[in-house]
Amino acid sequence: MQTLTLSHFLILGAILFAISVVGLFLNRKNLLVLLMAIELMLLAVNMNFVAFSHYLNDLSGQIFVFFILTVAAAESAIGLAILIVLFRNLKSIHVDDLDELKG
Amino acid sequence: MDFQTFVFYFLSAILVFAALRVITARNPIHAALHLILAFFTCGGIWALLQAEFLAIAIILVYVGAVMVLFLFVVMMLDINLDRIRQGFWNYLPLGAVLGLLMVLEMGLVLGNKALQIPASAAVTPPGVSNVKEIGRLMFTDFVYPFELASIVLLVGMIAAIALTWRGRKKSKYINPNQQVFVKAKDRLRVLQMPVEKD
Repeated sequence: MQTLTLSHFLILGAILFAISVVGLFLNRKNLLVLLMAIELMLLAVNMNFVAFSHYLNDLSGQIFVFFILTVAAAESAIGLAILIVLFRNLKSIHVDDLDELKG
Repeated sequence: MDFQTFVFYFLSAILVFAALRVITARNPIHAALHLILAFFTCGGIWALLQAEFLAIAIILVYVGAVMVLFLFVVMMLDINLDRIRQGFWNYLPLGAVLGLLMVLEMGLVLGNKALQIPASAAVTPPGVSNVKEIGRLMFTDFVYPFELASIVLLVGMIAAIALTWRGRKKSKYINPNQQVFVKAKDRLRVLQMPVEKD
């Protein structure tokens, strides 16, 4: 068994990303869990950034993760606010009920 | 297997388990709690990668703020679980095949010899603080994006408040300006009327 290499962390990130994609498929009716799957996807991306930053000895990757965290926090706050407004109007967060726009 | 490898596999197993529970849990509260576990474990893995600042930041920001927000929203909404779980497993075959293909493809690329950089090549020398270095970079090279990030947070806050604000409550509302400038004759009217006699 060799020591930890960069690919260990990258493959872990890939597995996380694939899990969250499958989550998007499974929970296509539940907006709340869809948002959680997106958070998980961002986590997978951040994992890759941190791993590369460590193994290439370049701190810019970690700074980038910091900004991703900032944007993700703002995104989830706005997403949840939209969800609450939606629930107030429709009394449900079922995706099938969201056909007002008739796109 | 050295200690670091053991820690890595231990934390990864917990992380993958938590992620799987997030997407399959029946109750959204269980999903949110497992997502907290996933973030916490991820903080551990980042600490293993010597990114101490981010390890603390993800626990403070995500576990402390974002996930609490999620939990509040889950508890506020009244979700019809049976209707939402209808046909839950229908898309599993397609999703699972897609996910496995993605892992396979990425694994073939990422398991490449070129990416198998051993850890010993990239160990931070003792006496170098990760937090200090990140702080130095953030306030010199990245100071402009840093301020933009604060604006993004401000805009996010305003947007969240503006979306959920229902307007002023329908209560008796007194304008302090009018209240200060009110005169006695605005409130009291003296009438002249003849004296009535029996």
